[in-house]
Amino acid sequence: MSRTSKVLLVSLPLLVLGGVTIARSGSQTPQHQLPESRDGNVVVGLCDGKTTAEIPGVKPGETPTREQAQAVSDTLMAEWRRKNPDAHWDDPSVKLAQAETGGAPGGAATGSEAPSGAAQPPPPHAPDAAAPETQEGHTYGAFTDRDQQIWQAATDRFVAEGKRIFHSADLLGGTIGVSCDMCHPDAANTHPETYPKFQVQFGRVALLRDMINWCIENPVRGKPLHDDDDRLKALEAYIIASRKGVPLDYGKH
Amino acid sequence: MGVKSIETRHHEERDAFFAGLRRLSRRSFVKLAGISAGAALARGVVWPHGFQLVEVAGADVGGAEPGGKGRPSFTFAYISDTHLYPRKLNDRFVRAILKAVDDVNSLDPQPDFVFFGGDLAQLGQTDELDLGNEILKTIKAPVKMMVGEHDWFFDMGEHWRGLFGPPQYSFDHKGVHFVTIMSVQEKDFWTARGMTPMQRMLTVAGLDNGLQSRFEVGEEGRRWLEDDLKKVDPKTPVVVFSHSPLYKYYRAWNFWTEDADEVQAILKRFDTVTVIHGHTHQLLTNHIGNISFHGMLSTAWPWPYAPEGLPKLTVQMNRADPFNQFDGCGDGTFGVSEGGLVDALYNLWDRNPVTVRASYVTSNGAKDAPPATKLASY
Repeated sequence: MSRTSKVLLVSLPLLVLGGVTIARSGSQTPQHQLPESRDGNVVVGLCDGKTTAEIPGVKPGETPTREQAQAVSDTLMAEWRRKNPDAHWDDPSVKLAQAETGGAPGGAATGSEAPSGAAQPPPPHAPDAAAPETQEGHTYGAFTDRDQQIWQAATDRFVAEGKRIFHSADLLGGTIGVSCDMCHPDAANTHPETYPKFQVQFGRVALLRDMINWCIENPVRGKPLHDDDDRLKALEAYIIASRKGVPLDYGKH
Repeated sequence: MGVKSIETRHHEERDAFFAGLRRLSRRSFVKLAGISAGAALARGVVWPHGFQLVEVAGADVGGAEPGGKGRPSFTFAYISDTHLYPRKLNDRFVRAILKAVDDVNSLDPQPDFVFFGGDLAQLGQTDELDLGNEILKTIKAPVKMMVGEHDWFFDMGEHWRGLFGPPQYSFDHKGVHFVTIMSVQEKDFWTARGMTPMQRMLTVAGLDNGLQSRFEVGEEGRRWLEDDLKKVDPKTPVVVFSHSPLYKYYRAWNFWTEDADEVQAILKRFDTVTVIHGHTHQLLTNHIGNISFHGMLSTAWPWPYAPEGLPKLTVQMNRADPFNQFDGCGDGTFGVSEGGLVDALYNLWDRNPVTVRASYVTSNGAKDAPPATKLASY
């Protein structure tokens, strides 16, 4: 690319066909090739990989104002909705119901089967002659059971990798033979749902990863992991997966 | 470093308090203890060991008879689940067992014996077991040993037996019949998988490693127990030591003995039976029929309570502070009354101790409840 182009991320997840790779620092994510602006303006791409718009008067290297950014986002979304008239799109007034229903009864999903996360596949989204009519023509909803299985398998692999690290003093970089599972079998008592919270011993608010790194430095006697370390991400994945169904309750002591 | 956490402040206050104590006569000590420990003084507070004010088991044990005649006829102490690695690899667990040895050696009066609750070693290695053996030799009172799965599954108990003898044995002490049984046998899961001894050991060492079999006393062990108890009168109080709890608490973590029902049946004809077990690293209380169960603390680390199956009688110990190596760990003392009832004193390091009285257990929780949990499991 001869010019720097900014890709503004609008809240549509990128669709990747044919599988997902594990989150990996430095790995290539698909790039949206943007056309150049005749007037040398910043060009912004929508996450459908096709729709673009420019911000009049803003050159590469300059930061658009909030209003300019909002305007280009609105332009992109209007264009996308024009091209996809049948797509189902929740308008901003729709409030997301998060955790209000309280998750699975009984809470603690720490059984030995937890990390496999083999959840029941949700109802099919693909067209099916026998199934009742569903809303179609929706880019966001255009994935099949097979896609979902691939995504689930990729997620499970990531969680399993976290489990492996959690159970290995060597992989954690420990020096005294201590691994996480020695105090937290099946990730018990890691309570990821309670973060962020004020951690009295730190004298500040902590995230789950702060506690993971504290444990790696102290009982495990290793070096804390960088925020971008794949091992830290995998550990978080395993710990969170072990509490599937437990309602979020940040700040809880 | 401007802000001091409440932990830091607490430790500073505590250090100042104990520094003050060392300069005091015994009389003013009691006065100071009274001021600081408040209500605890009412039950007779002394200074036996550690840095906490500890209610001595002898002050008010044999709780089945609160009228007073339930004074213990004797006490014994325990150390359990030390999980030693070689000293060069891990000094943390070594410091913890040394602290426990100091505790039991400074008990006054001395216990009649010190029971070791199993899992002396972490991976059953010769140097781990030898290190533990050397440290336990410094205990002043006689030591009785029990084996744990971490001691056993590298060489199937060969080195452990060489050091400490057969894992199942019994003895009589002041009218009580004591039996130590080997409850952590496992059916062969390793041969078919072609595992090396170290792979077998590492599998068993993982609490949440579902590959391994469930713990059991096994047919041979049960037959031995039956034989041993044949000559014992049903009126004689019996205390059984086992590494795993002799009941079914949580299968996934082997907080469990597969043939527990059969073992309980063997113990059924006795009036008073107490089972004391290791492995679970937590304050744990249960009562099934004629049998009272007490879990022992570990010196190395506390286990969280299992997500299900916790006996109703158990008052959970507060969640452990991960920032404090010794919190949630400890050792303890058992006071045995004339009638063979057993009070369990949990000497939790860096906290007030907790006594679980025989009267609480045998009344199924109706009497003498231990102090309630402030920080339960998540």
